[in-house]
Amino acid sequence: MALTKEQIAQRIARELKNGYYVNLGIGIPTLVANYIPEGVEVVLQSENGMLGIGPFPLKGEADPDLINAGKQTVTVLPGGSFFDSSASFGMIRGGHVDLTVLGAFEVTDKGDIASWKIPGKMVKGMGGAMDLVASAKNIIVAMQHTSKDGQSKLLKECTLPLTGVARVKKIVSDLAVIEVTDDGFRLLERAPGVTVEDIQEATEGRLLIEGDIPEMQF
Amino acid sequence: MNKVVKDAIEAIVGIEDGMTLMVGGFGLSGIPENSITALVNSGVKDLTCISNNAGVDDFGLGLLLQKRQIKKMISSYVGENAEFERQLLAGELEVDLIPQGTLAERCRAGGAGIPAFYVPAGYGTEVAEGKEIRIFDGKPHLLEHALIADFAIVKAWKGDTHGNLIYRNTANNFNQSMATAGKITIAEVEELVPAGTLDPNQIHTPGIYIQRIFQGTDYEKRIERITER
Repeated sequence: MALTKEQIAQRIARELKNGYYVNLGIGIPTLVANYIPEGVEVVLQSENGMLGIGPFPLKGEADPDLINAGKQTVTVLPGGSFFDSSASFGMIRGGHVDLTVLGAFEVTDKGDIASWKIPGKMVKGMGGAMDLVASAKNIIVAMQHTSKDGQSKLLKECTLPLTGVARVKKIVSDLAVIEVTDDGFRLLERAPGVTVEDIQEATEGRLLIEGDIPEMQF
Repeated sequence: MNKVVKDAIEAIVGIEDGMTLMVGGFGLSGIPENSITALVNSGVKDLTCISNNAGVDDFGLGLLLQKRQIKKMISSYVGENAEFERQLLAGELEVDLIPQGTLAERCRAGGAGIPAFYVPAGYGTEVAEGKEIRIFDGKPHLLEHALIADFAIVKAWKGDTHGNLIYRNTANNFNQSMATAGKITIAEVEELVPAGTLDPNQIHTPGIYIQRIFQGTDYEKRIERITER
C-alpha cells in the first residue's frame, strides 16, 4: 500500500532531531508538525517572520496579525519570536535553519527540484521556495512518486521550470524513502507492501538498490 | 519633528501616475488598508507596485487591480487573486516574480545604501537569466540590485508623532524593510501616540525613515484563511 499523506508526514517527522529549527512548507510538510516524536523538541520557523509556531487557534481566537506562510491563522508557543521578512530570510540564507521540508512536482537524481510553476497553467510565483531550496542545510521533499496518470516524478531531468539545482538531499514519497547521492537516487526504505520492483518501475531517474531494502513500519 | 497628517487622503498627496510604490504586508496581514482605499479613490494609474502579494480579488491591492490602476507588479507570490491571473494572461499587466527573501533584501538594501548584493536563491532557474553569477566558497550566487520606491506605504500597530513604529506579531513582515526604502514613506497606524509615549527600546522602525504618519480608521483586518483547531 502506498503511504497516505499523513503517513508521509509521519515518516518525515522521524527525521527531526532534538534542538532542530525547522521550516515546513505548505501542504504535506505542514502535517509533519502533528507527528513530532516524543522527547524531540524542535522550533518551527515561518518565513513571513516567526519562530515558535504553535497549533491552530481555538475557535474564535484567530488573530489577523498572526499567520503562517500559508496565510493560515496560527498561535505562538512560549519562547517564540517575531521579526521582519529580511531578518527571516537572513536566518534561512545564513544557514541557521537546520531542516527544510517542502513539496515538489518533480525531482531529479541529481537533486534538482521543480515546484513552483506549470507554464500555461499556473503562474502563482515562487514565494520563498527558491530562497529555502538554495540555502537550507538539509532539504527533504515530500511528494507523490508518480502523477495521477502514472508518470514518474523522480526523473533524470525536470520537465518543469526549476526551483533550484542539486539541492535536494532526501525524498519521502508515497512509495519510498530515497536519498539523493552523487550517483543518483539511493533506495533506503519502501512503503508497506510495496516491492522494490514497484519502486523501480515508478522511478525514471537512476535508482541504486543495495542489499535488502527494509519496509517502513507504522 | 511632527510628521502627522490628517488622514490617508492627505498622506498620499504627491503620488502620481506612473510612480513606483512599495506596499507592506504579507497576504492580507499588515497591509495599509486606509492608504489603499485612498489610492483607489484618487484614480491614480499606471502604478508599479512592489509588494509581496497582490491581495485578493476584493481586498488589498486587488482593489487597485480591479480598477486597472496597476501597470506592473513586483512580487513573490500572487496566487490568491483571479483577476490578477486574468489580467496577466491577457497581457494587460506586467509582473516580475522575485524569490521572497531576495525581494525583502532588495528593499532592505535600497534603504541601507547598498546598491547590489549576491544571493544563492534562483541559481540555475529562470530567475538567473541575464544576471551576473559569481562563485563564493564554491557556491554560485546571483547579483541582485536594490529597490527604491517613489513612495513606500507601511502599516504599523503603534506609532508616534516622530514616526517611530512598532509592528505586531507577523504583521511586521515586509513593512519594516519597505519603510526604509521609500523616497517618501507613509505610515498608517492603529494607534497614534505623542512622541515619548512608546518605549525607545521597543521601536522596530525609527522615525528617521518616516515622512508622514496618520491614525488609521475602520480597520477590517480581513483574514485570508481562518484555520482553527
